[in-house]
Amino acid sequence: MTEEKPLDFAREITGRLGGETITRCYQCGTCASACPVTKTTERYNPRQVIRLALLGQRNDVLKGDAIWLCASCYNCQERCPQKVEVADVIYALRNMAIRGGNIPAIYTEFAAALMNEGRLAPMSKFLEKKRAEYGLPPLKPANTEALKKILAATGFDKIMFRKEGAT
Amino acid sequence: MTGYALFLGCTIPARQPHYELAARKALTKLGIELVDMEGATCCAPPPIQSIDLETSLALAAYNICLAEEADLNILTLCTGCFESLTIANRILKGKRELREKINKILSNVGKEFKGTKEVRHYLQVLMDDVGVNRLKQNVVKPLNGLKVAAFPGCHLLRPSELLRLDDPERPRIFDMLIETVGAKSIPYKNKLRCCGGLLRGYADDVALAIARDKIANAYNAGADCISTLCPFCFLTLDLGQMLIKTAYKEEYNMPIIHYAELLSLSLGVAPKELALDFHKMKVDKVLEKIG
Ligand code: SF4
Ligand code: SF4
Ligand code: SF4
Repeated sequence: MTEEKPLDFAREITGRLGGETITRCYQCGTCASACPVTKTTERYNPRQVIRLALLGQRNDVLKGDAIWLCASCYNCQERCPQKVEVADVIYALRNMAIRGGNIPAIYTEFAAALMNEGRLAPMSKFLEKKRAEYGLPPLKPANTEALKKILAATGFDKIMFRKEGAT
Repeated sequence: MTGYALFLGCTIPARQPHYELAARKALTKLGIELVDMEGATCCAPPPIQSIDLETSLALAAYNICLAEEADLNILTLCTGCFESLTIANRILKGKRELREKINKILSNVGKEFKGTKEVRHYLQVLMDDVGVNRLKQNVVKPLNGLKVAAFPGCHLLRPSELLRLDDPERPRIFDMLIETVGAKSIPYKNKLRCCGGLLRGYADDVALAIARDKIANAYNAGADCISTLCPFCFLTLDLGQMLIKTAYKEEYNMPIIHYAELLSLSLGVAPKELALDFHKMKVDKVLEKIG
């Protein structure tokens, strides 16, 4: 990894789903001024994340906290004059971070709910009862068998539930 | 009668039956037939996209395949589901290589994404299938005098290049539908700015600060309620006010009410037929106002 040139990291990002447009950025800052999170906290600025990524600062980007602070509101992406798909770039960076073992706890919870129930908000006995009281039909269960096969085919289970280690 | 495959998603049926109940009542009254989907899974929204975009596309495509097989277009209530499914549908229709890759994954479960169906949010169905005029004719209890801060949420409008539902900078549809049921859609500061909901669970303090801003802006503009389309926006703004009370010692008591509920009320559904006890911020003021 010490041998890596700055551009290697950028190339890796553009090769990923969502990351294709990152190199179009010319650092104007329109994204940051459109960002509700940047307005609220100093912990996050999309222009800076992109800058660090283009400078090849792999660890700062993928091990840091910033990429997890995007609210995926797409306001930046709507306004970027260079048509950088900023919110999608952040998804690509998160995908890479997770593969490298930087997985915020809440995402492990989401993944577990998905794998076990096929849904992020599992049904409860209380809600089942309430639904019946209001005359709502019982919720049809997700096809978890099909889901598990899809998750196995994309490698989702391995991405999420493996030991921290090599990237 | 127009029929749709109803894609409920994860959150609405398991956490917000008041949304589902109101939507089913209103849409059925308006002659929209809803067919419950068999075996649908999570739509693969932003939290799953954050883990792996390819998995998300595959899951969205799987769900669209179910509708293709039933020969129905999909109707969504949740704007998050609308976004995930619409993006996947449009990307996969347009990009052959990616479609082939996803179809290879789906072949493990005997499915193939063909790209023959549309995904529609229920606002589009109200606008296009029912139409403003017929909707107006069906309003038996206009919500006269009710000042509504409309909050369309992010994922109804953006990314507009793929969602194509309304103008992302000057949307009109949601406001028009609020006015069609007799209420007034009032202007307020930063109306189109995100609620911060997706940061809950990772950065609760940041999420709450963003939500507080939205509630305060609606409050300062004199709104009687904030109207939502997205279950995450609802949660962020409704439950959020209890968290704000603890964290900031501020009480707004701002009712958050799904548009489907306002619509149902205007179509003559009695409040006691709606699951209004699922609101943390009581909606009594809204009910009083519309009499
Ligand atoms: S708006 Fe676009 S070009 Fe400007 S800094 Fe942001 S990503 Fe780069
Ligand atoms: S999508 Fe993320 S980076 Fe872009 S404006 Fe929204 S919160 Fe900021
Ligand atoms: S406003 Fe919040 S909950 Fe609604 S779509 Fe945007 S991020 Fe999601």
